[in-house]
Amino acid sequence: MENFFKERAEEYKKLLAEYIETQDEKALYEVELVSKAFIKHNILPEEIINLHIKALKEIYPDLVVSYEHSMDFLLEAMISYGLAHQEIQVLREQQIALKSEISIAAEMQQKLLRTNKPEVPGVDIGVISVPANQMNGDYYNFLLNTDGSIGIAMADVIGKGIPAALCMSMIKYSLDSFPEETMRPPVILNNLNRVVERNVESNMFITMMYAQYFPNSGRLAFSSAGHEPGYYYNAVEDRFTEITTRGLVLGVSEDAEYEEKELLINKDDMVILLTDGVTECRDGERFIEIHEVLEVIKQYSHLSSQEMVEQVYKHFERLQDFKLQDDFSLLILRKTV
Amino acid sequence: MDLQIKHTEKNEQTIISLSGEIDAYTVTKLKETFSTTMNSEGKDVIVDLEEVTYMDSTGLGVFVSALKTAKENDGELKLVNVQDRVYRLFQITGLNEIMDVNKAAIRGVNE
Repeated sequence: MENFFKERAEEYKKLLAEYIETQDEKALYEVELVSKAFIKHNILPEEIINLHIKALKEIYPDLVVSYEHSMDFLLEAMISYGLAHQEIQVLREQQIALKSEISIAAEMQQKLLRTNKPEVPGVDIGVISVPANQMNGDYYNFLLNTDGSIGIAMADVIGKGIPAALCMSMIKYSLDSFPEETMRPPVILNNLNRVVERNVESNMFITMMYAQYFPNSGRLAFSSAGHEPGYYYNAVEDRFTEITTRGLVLGVSEDAEYEEKELLINKDDMVILLTDGVTECRDGERFIEIHEVLEVIKQYSHLSSQEMVEQVYKHFERLQDFKLQDDFSLLILRKTV
Repeated sequence: MDLQIKHTEKNEQTIISLSGEIDAYTVTKLKETFSTTMNSEGKDVIVDLEEVTYMDSTGLGVFVSALKTAKENDGELKLVNVQDRVYRLFQITGLNEIMDVNKAAIRGVNE
């Protein structure tokens, strides 16, 4: 450090003398490099002025006294800048520490919210959920019930960032703690609504689509709590239909009621659940329309469900220049027998 | 894109006209506007969304808490001139059933 400073100080003096003599821009360029090296080694602005004064005195031993005084004056004036610079340094370190804490929290969130995609014969499920920022406000969960049915929750916390993420853990643990016999979609949403209403601030709420699929009969029962509609793809008719039910988002009113609808799914039919991060993708300034999303899904429908959701995600990631505006979650369930 | 907020008092009603986009970045501004206007007793607030081209779900959160504040203070909150794209959001979330959300203008606003 000592040596570093001495060497650079010499160089500074040399460049200064050179510039006063020639006004050559090369000296200016080189002093810029010296100055960058100083910054890198946390040399404060007032130290550089001090260095300048010394160098000047050595080059011009009989410097005008008033000029000398003016330089001392400048030195004093720069001291607060030095302090501000040091503060920024400290803040920068704190920011790095915070960032790493958040990424640990995000990792922990992922672990807490982990759910296993059920492997059930006759059903091919694919799912992807990508956060726009560090923490995901979207959430999906699978439950395999003893009657052989599969419970699927697709949810989106309104409200962003860390509070939203923490809220998701609450939802997951509520879902896990419900006794299985109450597992009908509207009952689940009713229970969750009360949990969220009681425990979460008024400007935060959750939208959820809850579906229960019976692999043996191909029956799908579903309920929506203000969630983005899903889609049913009928393979014989080669047609998509919107699937949704009336129902208020979770956490706004204690009295909300949820209705249930049913569908019968045949071989090669698909059920698509998603969040608004999918439907609100932008292509430049323009919002994409839902039929464009469905066309892209169809384009990849020769693939397995998992490959399908991944390709669809890649398609829209590319379209948006790899900058997601919102968390993106897409789930496809296909009946294969 | 930015959010412009215009404020007018008319026949004991407060009209808040918004233009631009309501998203996670601009929503703080809107939240502040609501918390200053909605705090007095029995106030009727009309929010004109004619110039709002986009709103994401964070915007909904602000309207829901504004509605709660209005109810607590015996006031009213009305949304008018809501564009299709934004209206759809209120519809999907079921919030149009507990809130006064209108696609059309009402008399005295924007006429």
